[in-house]
Amino acid sequence: MTNVLVCIKRVPEATGEVSLTADGRGIDGTHSGYTTSPNEECAVELAVQAADGGQATVLTLGPGDAIDQLRSALAVGMTDGIHIEADSDAYGPGDVAREIAAAVRAREAGGTAYDLILLGNDAADTGDFQVGVRLAYALGQPVVTGIQNVSVAGGVATLTGEGPDGTETYEVSLPAVVTILEGGVEPRYPSVMGRMKAKKAPVEVLAPSAAPAGSGRESLTVPPPPPNQVQVLGTGPAAAPAFVSTLVELGVIR
Amino acid sequence: MIAVLVEVEDGRAALVSQEALTFARGLAGDGDSVEAVVVAAPGTDLSAVVGDCAAYGVARVHVADSAELSSYAAAAWAGVLDTAAGDASVILAGGSNRGSEILAHLATRRDLPMAANAVSARVDGSTTTLQRQVVGGAVIETMTLAASPAILTLAGHAVEPVPADAPGAAEVVTTSPAIAADDLRARVVSVTPRAGGDGASLTRAKIVVGAGRGAGGPDGFGGVDALAAKLGGVVGVSRVVTSLGWRPHHEQVGQTGNRINPDLYVPCGISGAIQHWAGCSSSKTIIAINTDAEAPMVTKAAYAIVGDMHEVIPAILAELDKR
Ligand SMILES: Cc1cc2nc3c(=O)[nH]c(=O)nc-3n(C[C@H](O)[C@H](O)[C@H](O)COP(=O)(O)OP(=O)(O)OC[C@H]3O[C@@H](n4cnc5c(N)ncnc54)[C@H](O)[C@@H]3O)c2cc1C
Ligand SMILES: Nc1ncnc2c1ncn2[C@@H]1O[C@H](COP(=O)(O)O)[C@@H](O)[C@H]1O
Repeated sequence: MTNVLVCIKRVPEATGEVSLTADGRGIDGTHSGYTTSPNEECAVELAVQAADGGQATVLTLGPGDAIDQLRSALAVGMTDGIHIEADSDAYGPGDVAREIAAAVRAREAGGTAYDLILLGNDAADTGDFQVGVRLAYALGQPVVTGIQNVSVAGGVATLTGEGPDGTETYEVSLPAVVTILEGGVEPRYPSVMGRMKAKKAPVEVLAPSAAPAGSGRESLTVPPPPPNQVQVLGTGPAAAPAFVSTLVELGVIR
Repeated sequence: MIAVLVEVEDGRAALVSQEALTFARGLAGDGDSVEAVVVAAPGTDLSAVVGDCAAYGVARVHVADSAELSSYAAAAWAGVLDTAAGDASVILAGGSNRGSEILAHLATRRDLPMAANAVSARVDGSTTTLQRQVVGGAVIETMTLAASPAILTLAGHAVEPVPADAPGAAEVVTTSPAIAADDLRARVVSVTPRAGGDGASLTRAKIVVGAGRGAGGPDGFGGVDALAAKLGGVVGVSRVVTSLGWRPHHEQVGQTGNRINPDLYVPCGISGAIQHWAGCSSSKTIIAINTDAEAPMVTKAAYAIVGDMHEVIPAILAELDKR
């Protein structure tokens, strides 16, 4: 049994053009909807596996609506939630790490110590690449980033991920912080039972512990898409000769 | 002084580090020098790396050589960088996972902010204004780092690596820093050759043939495999393909997959969602094959064939066979 905490972030799910909020400082997800990063979905899956009967808590710092993302994680086997209600856009990565650390300490004071804390490697929107590392230092724990598989036995986590020279293995004594990249596990789909359970699972709502310093963001811009200058080589199989002659022009084949 | 973390790949300065060195040279003001920090296992031959650094205009290369550095430990590497960077005004790394990880440690240890995936920056005393990629590059953020040194990683492929016009010789300073035990709590204990394939071959490939949901199922890849083989290229796929288990994740191109920059990319049956585009937008030429003439991948491509990939690819293979 392992107590695991997973941190996930509600992010806009734009796949086509990204819309900005009226003040140009945020991404508007009202039309695209919201999701969490694939990296974090894998972190949730690994947490459910690693918990093995222990507590599996999912945490987010985000607006009231981020309860949707907590419920999605609760539906696939997380046992309870922590919702730090705040406008995540106003929180820089240092702020988020501090708030997560405060929540972890509060749980510790209440008798629940997490053996393992999982996060995504980088958030899908801001991609700051640092909340996990900052959190680990705040808690005085070791941290490994970019991990795809986790197994826990006897107070040690065995972690694997892809390094420049091959698949790397770490063995880290718990407690530890680990950030996850997609690719090692396939997130499970929620069952009907799972969805029912998620509705009733306890979610503790917390207020932030301190005012945010912010991320330093001044503004966002969406670069205009490149002008549509596509040269259509043809339609269907009849275009094959034009494809081949284009390869010759490009110098790909002679 | 601008300090750049230089990663070693196949005995040379890694491509991301060459990009970072080029960017650092652009940031350096009058009288500012660029210094490189290289961490490697003891006994590694770094002469080619030092040569690369010199070619990119580096004045001094700090080489850390301690027995504790025999296997990778991000915190230990960050500690070495912290000492070597001294009072640098900018500390920079390429935007690889390692570069990002080490800089995150460094920023935390110095209690400073860090900006990931910068594409441009202007340092003005203790304030740096920069542009960086967010949402996988679909959006550009302008932000201020109100702190010195500015700690940044450079977005991959954001700058073309260009050696210096008038390179000098780089002075090599070897140090054997003491490594704190806490910094070795998380270290690589073993490295095994990748089981069944490798994203690295995809990121280096000059030709990539892509396949998405349009492949239709796990058996729909015969054509793209044959076309990639015939052109001497590698197959890359969309996330739909890996999530459905049709192909392994290490073949994925995109925000949560590999970033490719081939001379030629031939995406077949891929719509071109922004998260996929994040991984392939650096391709020099794109020839899309798609049934939908309005798919973003088609409208963003240089060339396209509108049609069913299962009909078009066999015709292309037959045409190539005629030659
Ligand atoms: C945070 C986040 C990260 C993500 N990371 C990635 C990532 O790394 N990589 C990635 O790829 N996606 C990623 N995605 C998913 C992405 O948003 C898209 O869902 C995905 O890229 C779509 O894959 P696709 O183009 O194969 O499928 P679809 O969008 O379904 O497109 C299929 C295309 O095939 C065409 N087609 C259909 N049949 C044929 C045929 N017979 N012949 C020719 N064309 C045909 C259709 O016209 C269509 O354009 C991410 C999403 C999120 C939210
Ligand atoms: N607002 C948030 N709430 C909960 N977790 C977060 C939040 N922001 C970031 N994280 C976690 O930290 C990881 C790295 O984020 P970042 O450093 O911002 O790229 C993400 O993948 C999440 O797992």
